[in-house]
Amino acid sequence: MASAIFKEREKQVYLKGSRPFDLECEKESLAGAVSQRACVFCGSRVVLYPIADALHLVHGPVGCAVYTWDIRGALSSGPELHRLSFSTDLQEKDVIFGGEKKLYSALVELIDRHAPKAAFVYSTCIVGIIGDDLEAICRRVSEEKNIPVIPVQSEGFKGNKRAGYNAACRALFRLVGEGSTEGISPYSVNILGDFNLAGELWIIRDYFKRMGVQVVANITGDGRVDDIRRAHGAALNLVQCSGATMDLAVMMKEKYGTPVMRVSYFGIEDMAEALYGIARFFKEPSIMERTQQLVREELSALYPELQRYRKALSGKKAAIYVGGAFKAFSLVKAFRHLGMKVVMVGSQTGTQEDYRELEAITDDGTIIVDDSNPLELSAFLQEKEVDIFVGGVKERPIAYKLGVGFCDHNHERKEALEGFVGMLNFAKEVYSSVMSPVWRFVPKNSQGMLDGLSSHKEKILRCVS
Amino acid sequence: MKKQENKYVSTTNACKLCKPLGACLAFKGIEGAVPFLHGSQGCATYMRRYIISHFNEPMDIASSSLGEKHAVFGGAANLKKGLKNVCRKFSPSMIGVATTCLTETIGDDVPMILREYRSGIAQQGDPAPFLVNVSTPSYSGTHMEGFHEAVKAVVEQLAEGGEPLDFINLFPGFVSPADIRHLYEIVSDFSLECTILPDYSDTLDGPAMREYERIPQGGTPVSAIKEMGRALGSIEFGRNLKTMVTAGEFLKSRFGVVNRRIGTPIGLRETDAFFTALEEISGIPAPQKYMMERARLIDSFVDCHKYVFGKRAVVYGEEDLVTGLTSFLTEIGIQPVLCASGSKGGAFQESIKEVTEGILTDDPDVRDDADFYDIAIDVESMQPDIMVGHSKGYPLARKLGIPLIRVGFPIHDRIGGQRIVHIGYRGAQNLLDTIVNAIIEKKQDDSSVGYSYM
Ligand code: SF4
Ligand code: SF4
Repeated sequence: MASAIFKEREKQVYLKGSRPFDLECEKESLAGAVSQRACVFCGSRVVLYPIADALHLVHGPVGCAVYTWDIRGALSSGPELHRLSFSTDLQEKDVIFGGEKKLYSALVELIDRHAPKAAFVYSTCIVGIIGDDLEAICRRVSEEKNIPVIPVQSEGFKGNKRAGYNAACRALFRLVGEGSTEGISPYSVNILGDFNLAGELWIIRDYFKRMGVQVVANITGDGRVDDIRRAHGAALNLVQCSGATMDLAVMMKEKYGTPVMRVSYFGIEDMAEALYGIARFFKEPSIMERTQQLVREELSALYPELQRYRKALSGKKAAIYVGGAFKAFSLVKAFRHLGMKVVMVGSQTGTQEDYRELEAITDDGTIIVDDSNPLELSAFLQEKEVDIFVGGVKERPIAYKLGVGFCDHNHERKEALEGFVGMLNFAKEVYSSVMSPVWRFVPKNSQGMLDGLSSHKEKILRCVS
Repeated sequence: MKKQENKYVSTTNACKLCKPLGACLAFKGIEGAVPFLHGSQGCATYMRRYIISHFNEPMDIASSSLGEKHAVFGGAANLKKGLKNVCRKFSPSMIGVATTCLTETIGDDVPMILREYRSGIAQQGDPAPFLVNVSTPSYSGTHMEGFHEAVKAVVEQLAEGGEPLDFINLFPGFVSPADIRHLYEIVSDFSLECTILPDYSDTLDGPAMREYERIPQGGTPVSAIKEMGRALGSIEFGRNLKTMVTAGEFLKSRFGVVNRRIGTPIGLRETDAFFTALEEISGIPAPQKYMMERARLIDSFVDCHKYVFGKRAVVYGEEDLVTGLTSFLTEIGIQPVLCASGSKGGAFQESIKEVTEGILTDDPDVRDDADFYDIAIDVESMQPDIMVGHSKGYPLARKLGIPLIRVGFPIHDRIGGQRIVHIGYRGAQNLLDTIVNAIIEKKQDDSSVGYSYM
């Protein structure tokens, strides 16, 4: 394992129990290390992406827009404007003479064509360099077209994904407070930081409905501009997991006094705790009663089924590598529920506080890692003899190549993993990878079969002297 | 042939990718090479994700991970640091450095930085990999230009001259790993020795492994690339390369290696041209095995002709792929109504004309610099029966309620994109069966009768 870790990164890897806890994080990625991280723009794009009736225009060369075209499973119950990929597709002359004119015309063209409720304009690296005045163009178009046109300062190089979350939150904050708060119940919440992947938000909204709690705005899954504009009327902001929208909650607290509660909808304990927490917050006995009943109903349906999976999966080893560390907490607990052992856990953008918490809830011998890369991850998988790796698309081939099971817990997932039913889906996902018969044929488990494999050599027809 | 002027300012659902992505793919086809992007971290990560989703293989692209201060003061220090780190961890035989929009705009002089890096290494006495650089700002050109320019850069910076040796160069362009394997098979059946550049047939379609390979095995060996200036001749695929200085052209002007440019061998006639070229070079007739494949293909043309005749197709993607596919569709009696590409090489109209002339009575609408908004706008009135292209056309095909025949790159919504054979008689056979069956299936599904025979 040691040889896989860059010297500069040694302090970003920690083996629980090996020394008193210390882990460096929140650093710039090491050049040449093939980090799994994306950029500021990516952070902004993922947060704002699910607002379905807004126009999302990427101001920059075509790549940045193309690579983010409908890549996430954020569902909408209505308009689907967010699923299109709009770009100013900057060309050489725009780079030389500036892209403002093109941006202006593109905005006008697209707003006329699609009549969105608002427009977000993302700046990319190159725009940061050529210095287009996004703010001015957006203001002008906003006045002409009479809709909010909001610049998102997301130049890729100005920090990491977290900076992008922040830029997105600042953009959202410009909308909040613009709409009327009439008809909002005192028992009301905003759902922040849920992206409605595979329809997860609808599961959560259903729970709230059963509890008698009104949802004012989904920020941002299945999001609507008008809802966000009146979000300041809600009694409570629920910030989910990754903390992508925490900055918005903080800004809303400062300006409108909206209290903030951090929640996670993954796994049984965290899901139940989220609901109870909300019920406690409202101090309304009938809500608490309904919540208790809800949790009882859900759990009694869930438990027997879960037991079946638990039996099969008990004792298996899991590794986790996700974008934000907060989700990792829930995953550690969820695996425990399945009787499994987490032997490695890491994230792209965790903070000191996050890693401290991870250290507290994991067992001795667990590897905790910040901003990892394929070399390290593959070494960890092998060293720890992992049965299932939880991550995103970029992690998948690392697992598969080595004959290790995989569960997609990232934004591309097509299975709902939130809520009580999500725990069951998660167990199913893990089960259907870990228990597959294919692993018995992979090289690590089939001694001798593939040794001496040299397909590529046969093909090189010319003997190279 | 009509020429559609680009009517719109903005691009919606682009039908092209950015330039460095093509360069990274090309570098991936060189033995022991690590693709390296000089720019911010995000570009590399996005491209990796995009490529991984098609090939289902690890795709490491290193990045100089520039931050704000580098964007202001220049990225030289981070580039050198990144190269050093890659050398230390990957022990590559070559690093292919491609620039991005950011580093092109801030004006980093990459060749100079690499020279400095090399001389620094020489002083320390470390073994050094070959460093190849290519300039790939996405605001001029698409992933295809990036691909071809990277191939050219590799040859330009590595190939040497000398006594001619008994082998040929083959530049296939951006084809699938399965295509590359098929090419090796064909060429070796002609008893020819050959260097294919690039060759990612193993690196992007590799076997299950016991150990994680830092750099997957396979790829064109650097030593073979060095000898490319001594080949008997080169064959390069792509009618649309006319407007570029390619690797093949470079070898011709620099070392006098004869360059034969032919269309990407998709379909019967373009494959015939390829076999003819091989017959002439090798001096031996095409092996029986391929003549049988060809004869079977024609036999199946006849078997299928009624199902496909007069059907209307929309074809989109890279110019050379579209040209090859159009040639093939034309041969079997399908009418390509729209041939679209996101790139703008300048030769597209002419290439399509070349492959359809004499067979088609109605010229297709040919559009370059197109996005899916352009394509969608008029497509309904064209009443196509099928779409042929990569998976990003799916939303449109779904809207039109017609089958999408998935070919090329990327195929993000099906398994096995890397295993599709497009070229040769075998590739044509594969395409024919797929297309005909899609048409029959559609008819069968839509029918109220439910026939269980054709
Ligand atoms: S900045 Fe350029 S190189 Fe990077 S993703 Fe965008 S288009 Fe591609
Ligand atoms: S150019 Fe910048 S904003 Fe665009 S993908 Fe690359 S790092 Fe991100």
